[in-house]
Amino acid sequence: MTSTTIDDAPFIEPSTRERRNYLNDEYGVLSWLLTRDHKRIALLYLFSVTTFFIVGGIIAFMMRLELLTPEGDMFTSDTYNKLFTLHGVVMIFFFLIPAIPAVMGNFILPIMLGAKDLAFPKLNLLSWYIYMIGGTFGIIVIITGGVDTGWTFYTPFSTQYSNTKVFATTLGAFITGFSSILTGLNFLVTIHRMRAPGLTWYRLPLFVWSMYGTSVIIMLATPVLAITLVMLMVERVLRVGIFDPALGGDPVLYQHMFWFYSHPAVYIMVLPAMAVISECVAAFTRKKIFGYKFVAFSSLAIAFLSFLVWAHHLFVAGISIYSALIFSFLSMFVAVPSAIKVFNWTATMYKASVSWQTPMLYVMGFIGLFTIGGVTGLFLAALGVDVHVHDSYFVVAHFHYVMVGGTIMAYMAGIHYWWPKITGRMYPEWWGRLSALLVFVGFNLTFFPQFLVGYVGMPRRYHAYAPEFQVLNVLSTAGATVLAVGYLLPIIYLTWSVKFGRKAGANPWGAVGLEWATTSPPPKENFHETPVVTWEAYDYPAFLKAMKETQDV
Amino acid sequence: MSEDATLSHSAEHASEPHTHGHHHPFLQHHFEDMGQQHEASTLGMWFFVAQEILFFGGIFCAYFIYREMYPEAWKAGSHHQNWQIGAANTIVLIGSSLTMALAVWGAQQAKRKFTTLMLILTLVLGGIFVGVKGYEYAEHIHEGLFPGSMFTFVQQDAPHLTPGVHLFMTFYFVMTGLHALHMIIGAGLLLWFIKRTWRGDFGPEYYSPVEIMGLYWHFVDIVWIFLFPLLYLV
Repeated sequence: MTSTTIDDAPFIEPSTRERRNYLNDEYGVLSWLLTRDHKRIALLYLFSVTTFFIVGGIIAFMMRLELLTPEGDMFTSDTYNKLFTLHGVVMIFFFLIPAIPAVMGNFILPIMLGAKDLAFPKLNLLSWYIYMIGGTFGIIVIITGGVDTGWTFYTPFSTQYSNTKVFATTLGAFITGFSSILTGLNFLVTIHRMRAPGLTWYRLPLFVWSMYGTSVIIMLATPVLAITLVMLMVERVLRVGIFDPALGGDPVLYQHMFWFYSHPAVYIMVLPAMAVISECVAAFTRKKIFGYKFVAFSSLAIAFLSFLVWAHHLFVAGISIYSALIFSFLSMFVAVPSAIKVFNWTATMYKASVSWQTPMLYVMGFIGLFTIGGVTGLFLAALGVDVHVHDSYFVVAHFHYVMVGGTIMAYMAGIHYWWPKITGRMYPEWWGRLSALLVFVGFNLTFFPQFLVGYVGMPRRYHAYAPEFQVLNVLSTAGATVLAVGYLLPIIYLTWSVKFGRKAGANPWGAVGLEWATTSPPPKENFHETPVVTWEAYDYPAFLKAMKETQDV
Repeated sequence: MSEDATLSHSAEHASEPHTHGHHHPFLQHHFEDMGQQHEASTLGMWFFVAQEILFFGGIFCAYFIYREMYPEAWKAGSHHQNWQIGAANTIVLIGSSLTMALAVWGAQQAKRKFTTLMLILTLVLGGIFVGVKGYEYAEHIHEGLFPGSMFTFVQQDAPHLTPGVHLFMTFYFVMTGLHALHMIIGAGLLLWFIKRTWRGDFGPEYYSPVEIMGLYWHFVDIVWIFLFPLLYLV
């Protein structure tokens, strides 16, 4: 196969050819801003989501500083309301939802499929621009005075009473939603129609199965949020009463419609994380994932069940006790496919010779923290316990264990795992391990005390609290400091490694998968030859044999 | 310089080893052949329609819930619609779907003039629909039925229904407004496709853009087929 190319271009040594890649193929700002290359678009997303992560992180840190003391001494309660709202909006809509799909999915998914690009490259670029427009609204809101409704925009407060920038914020979230819809659509079509010859569904890496599940949720849930926000904006602008009880509307309907999107959105955040974890577990244990089909179909099961649990956010909103019972049961049921994944990853590690590089440390962090987040989710799905801890710090700790302990841990794992592929350079391993350790310790120190303080009754969303909660809050703020250092370190050493890191080579981990079969960084069209897949997913002996044959020809 | 040229030349060859002879001008570089490109684009449009269904589905759901809560007000509200105009407009829209379908057929057969004519007809019929809708809006605004501060209407025979009618009219304007917005976006796309058809871009090997346009247009029509009875008749 390779021989044809060499025949066509006899004067060029393969090494010269390999030096041309997607990064040095073209230069200049416009070659980035107008690119249709999924790899460059992934990097555009990487810079943008990192920026929003820093913004959201700074806001979180300001809140933790306020909560050092029981008195509300740093910010007024109004400012504090704005802080937690902006933290939620920025982190959820502008960081967590796009983070793994738009950065790693964009970069890796087409390469995993052996495709030259996503099915619709222009649409892909468009979705980044849409995201940036939505994000600009977010930034404008922050600069011009903020918004204080909470990221959930509950009516009628958001439509009739709040005097802050509700319209601009919801418009930003609405616009950003279309960016994820287009990304999801692009992924689905690419997975269906762009697989390399021989790459059957059961030969797909589990990353692809999870991204498929994610894209289905994005496609079917996000438009419902869009129309809900349209109604909210109409109500706020025209002062009509779609969701205002005083004018005949029903505020609980808003909550139903909002959570019809926003609970599946939790799985938009966590399924891609599971995608990354499956890849890393296989790579660092050098084994086939235990129960491949179970892990694959559990992604689809999660995608399906995620649509049937939304009303567990409404247990105290006055819904009927019978529907609450059903939603309680279904919410517990969604733990089954999640647990299947966790058990299968652990079973894969059983008796394997695990190598403990940075990505694998993050994976271990993910498995532990996500399990805690998931199990406390079961507490909250139980009707009686939910009524007790509703709107307390117990809930705050629970969803941070899932989103930060789950999604961001996996995001960090994936960034380190694919960094050599993205940049062609290794990150410094010692610093990587240190940051993984700091993040793990800092995270637990920040959020475990919140379980305790929430269980004994500290409510969320207040800037002042009873003095007996202070010890746990100080611990939490101390943890947030450690966590901040843990997140800052990678930003510094990863940037450093782009220039000074050790050259990575095509496959630094000795991992299977098409992304490791091409050069690092990959050429503009990903492969010098369209690959033909003859091996099962994670089949180490067959993959290595096929790679050897390709090189021998 | 010469080395650079050879380099890019060989890189092109390396990346497209299977496209030596026949190479359609509209085949994008990342697809293997026209068949794959066509399948990808139509599938993409079907997925897009799926998300549109959920988008409109959300507001239909809210409509039905309030209809259940305020059946009498809903009935009074739909009496303010002129169903004859609505029915005539429905026929216009169905006619535009027919011309759109004929345009897809024409593009497939490489009938350049016929396809252009059909697309122009579709655009004209769509324009008539939106125009009539605008006339209806003007009537409603004149009667004080536009929601919000402009809502001055009082249901004379049953004043207690007025807030419900207000809610109904809110739904009426949001639903038909979103539908009209989709029509206007479709009209913009039609203009572009008329130009491309006239230029002779489409033929039996490459007509997926027209087909996708058709899918979109039919979808927007079907939304109206649901909106018309819900807002005018029942």
